Amino acid sequence: MHLYDVWFALIAVLWIGYFFLEGFDFGVGVLSGLLARDESERRVLINTVGPVWDGNEVWLLTAGGATFAAFPAWYATLFSGFYLPLLAILVCLIVRVVAFEYRGKRDDARWKRIWEHALFWTSLLPAFLWGVAFANIVRGVKIDSEGEYVGTVLDLLNPYALLGGLVTLALFTFHGAVFVSLKTRGGIRERARVAARWAGSATAGLALVFLSWTQSEGGNVRSLTALAVAVVALLGALAANQRAREGWAFTLSGVTVAAAVAMLFLTLYPDVMPSSLNTAWSLTVSDASSSAYTLKVMTWVAAIMTPLVLLYQGWTYWVFRKRIGVEHIPA
Amino acid sequence: MELALAQETVARWQFGITTVYHFLFVPITISLAFLIAGLQTAWVRTGKDKYFKATRFWGKLFLINIAMGVATGIVQEFQFGMNWSDYSKFVGDVFGAPLAMEALLAFFFESTFIGLWIFGWDKLPRKIHLACIWLVAVGTFLSAYFILAANSWMQHPVGYEISETTGRSQLNDIAAVLFQKTTLAVVFHTLTACFLTGGAFMIGIAAYQLRRASRAEAADRTPGRIAAMRTSLRLGLVTVVIAGLGTAVSGDALAKVMYEQQPMKMAAAEALWESEDSAPFSLFAYGDVSDGRNTVEIEIPGLLSYLAKGNLDSVVPGISSVEALEQARYGDLAQDYKPSIPTTYWSFRLMIGFGMTSFAIGLAGLWLTRKKRWLTAEKQRGEDEVPLLMLTPTRELGPAAGRWAWQLPLLTTGFPLVANSFGWIFTEMGRQPWTVYGLMTTADAVSPGVTVAEQITSLSVFTALYAVLAVVEVKLLVKYVKAGVVDEQPPPEVPSLRDPAAGEDTDRPMTFAY
Ligand code: HDD
Ligand code: HEM
Ligand code: HEM
Repeated sequence: MHLYDVWFALIAVLWIGYFFLEGFDFGVGVLSGLLARDESERRVLINTVGPVWDGNEVWLLTAGGATFAAFPAWYATLFSGFYLPLLAILVCLIVRVVAFEYRGKRDDARWKRIWEHALFWTSLLPAFLWGVAFANIVRGVKIDSEGEYVGTVLDLLNPYALLGGLVTLALFTFHGAVFVSLKTRGGIRERARVAARWAGSATAGLALVFLSWTQSEGGNVRSLTALAVAVVALLGALAANQRAREGWAFTLSGVTVAAAVAMLFLTLYPDVMPSSLNTAWSLTVSDASSSAYTLKVMTWVAAIMTPLVLLYQGWTYWVFRKRIGVEHIPA
Repeated sequence: MELALAQETVARWQFGITTVYHFLFVPITISLAFLIAGLQTAWVRTGKDKYFKATRFWGKLFLINIAMGVATGIVQEFQFGMNWSDYSKFVGDVFGAPLAMEALLAFFFESTFIGLWIFGWDKLPRKIHLACIWLVAVGTFLSAYFILAANSWMQHPVGYEISETTGRSQLNDIAAVLFQKTTLAVVFHTLTACFLTGGAFMIGIAAYQLRRASRAEAADRTPGRIAAMRTSLRLGLVTVVIAGLGTAVSGDALAKVMYEQQPMKMAAAEALWESEDSAPFSLFAYGDVSDGRNTVEIEIPGLLSYLAKGNLDSVVPGISSVEALEQARYGDLAQDYKPSIPTTYWSFRLMIGFGMTSFAIGLAGLWLTRKKRWLTAEKQRGEDEVPLLMLTPTRELGPAAGRWAWQLPLLTTGFPLVANSFGWIFTEMGRQPWTVYGLMTTADAVSPGVTVAEQITSLSVFTALYAVLAVVEVKLLVKYVKAGVVDEQPPPEVPSLRDPAAGEDTDRPMTFAY
């Protein structure tokens, strides 16, 4: 076992953290129009993620930074290869930050409506595009002997990847709906449970097709285990949601997200970017990785900082653990 | 070749635009985080209402600003891979480390504690809530430190070796990267420049508020508001003066480091074509680059020698001799090792000019609003009155001069922002043709697989998006500045943290909600 294997695992953990956390705030964004009936309810909804969405997003930045430090060649190939989809994601993330922060800054119905639409689309699109991107990574894309992506954008929009996109979109919507039902009270909570039922069923259907497709193409025993965990957790989450056991439902929808991401990474290993042109050209953990010294330095930093981050982010969730209702929204 | 050139150009424009834009928000975030933390500390310790009001007022502007900083920062993290993939492969082993550390140490810190600070006014005990804003401030500092360490490595690579198998740079001494002289000087200079920026921002807005208050009906002058702005004005003025001095001192230190490490940049900054002893500092020059000669020049004798070496008569090498030297060292006689001389020359001057104007205004302001004991008894005014600007103990500024004294700070609010932008344009363009000085040229750094069409798409998208967001942000800032200090009650001293289930308390509206 080399340090680069550890770093591959760590990067998987960062992505799991990102999708687990930002997954539900994407879901909240997607559902905001559906679940909230009036202005106070919309505010309730947005405030369920108010204190935490920024911290959630940093998991992505850290995943990006860690990939740069630990696997420069992976970082370089991935982000230059997936140029336009990444551009779309970045634009969404930018607008999304501003939508959260600026929506409430003016008392003007039209202003608010604009930012609500923005929030919806900029949550929906990345939730979909991340699935597309990861499906492509796992399946392999046209990478030449120099490690350069030589396909086009259209190559990235193949049926398998689009299905992957739908899966993440449905899954995050489900995860978000469960989160809302856990964090709110009153009518919005009831509606969130109903939405969770629908989104969860859709996820189950789509994911089953997608994950078996993945498993049949490149799967192995490790990824099969993760797949089993994902399926059981998803069914458990649906059942818990049905019984209004929201804490359990959220835990299990989180496990579903984690297991699904884990499965993708387990399928991928030991490649980081398989080439669909020639397997000899695939980037592997060992040839994409940084030097042993850099990895050692970064391991120290990660070993000290990661528990700390988990601790204080966990504390934030504890501070804001109360359910929010319309009565909490100031005039 | 034609195409390769175009690709480099587009990528450079994109990097320049997005980074300069990011850096419009960063200095205000960094400095206001500390200044607000200071104001809030004053409130927690003294319980005085003016400090509370000031904290809340600047807090709002801070949040509007930080949103843009965060939004534009996301692009920065990914654009190395997008547009500069060969660069990323070549330097990732070294350059990636500080970047990853920034995310792990600084961004998590900032983003988590800012959430706690915004929403925690009535959920956290006062002192813990105060600790949150201090932690945000520390986070912004760490953020700046790590990214500047990464940038300094591009200016002056240390602590690395070139791998024999891959031909790429490999880290072998992280401490050298994090603590080299270049990093320390750049951090010192950038942070002082940030405080100059935040101070000028505070002065401008406080002066606007006070001038407006001085003309308002007495009834409009709610108690506490004016006191909050008077405190802010003084705080801003003191900040500007200290930071302005610090910027000049650190700038001088940085110039010496730069002279030692990148002599070409220093020569270019001065449009100094031939080596000179007792080199002058040029105030204005008009020259012909191809001809290698300046036709008009206004100079301060000896100053450049001082900036570079610390005495008035040492030799400063000129552009031509440095270029000959570099051509010999890097073994490429055809390569042009000169950056754009007019750009470096003028950006250096504009940096100093714009920034130091704000410093001068700060000095003047501090003098004009100096101690109350200089005022005659009947001019000594209460907490909630707008101070008159005084020149001497017995004489006020006339009405016209008085108006200008109030308006000038507002008009120059953004000067240090301009200075910052020019400072970075100077630093980065003065390094050309290198991306990593002495190791990798900018032309070699771009992504080979990305098409010019893709790049132009992203350049246009970002530019258009940033333009729209700039309008939105400025409008919001103006709206909140115009609204002024709001009357509100401080949150209860004992929050509901310990007892979440406590009946009626649970149903109280939140102090802050989106
Ligand atoms: C308010 C802004 C401001 C002001 C008033 C000044 N600077 Fe500055 N300067 C910056 C803002 C700045 C900056 C934007 O922050 C830079 C860009 C990179 C850096 O480290 O700081 C910079 C860079 C920079 C560099 C280039 C460093 C390099 O290329 O490595 C030098 C030599 C100086 N400055 C020198 C000065 C001097 C002698 C000043 C005299 C008063 C001065 N600066 C005022
Ligand atoms: C926030 C302050 C910064 C500003 C305003 C800034 C500005 C610029 C500008 C204007 C350019 C284009 C120069 C040209 O035309 O070639 C540039 C290039 C570049 N800068 Fe910076 N920069 C900043 C900080 C950084 C930092 C901290 C890094 C590294 C971590 C960095 C890395 C680069 C890279 C990779 C390029 C492109 C290659 C090159 O032209 O050398 N910059 N920057
Ligand atoms: C080109 C290199 C740069 C990169 C890759 C970069 C990256 C980022 C990112 C990703 C964020 C958002 C963090 C969040 O979500 O909380 C951010 C914000 C920030 N950046 Fe940058 N940045 C760069 C240049 C700089 C420079 C030169 C400084 C300071 C000297 C700086 C200071 C900050 C600060 C203080 C914040 C947080 C506050 C704010 O958002 O305004 N950055 N940056």
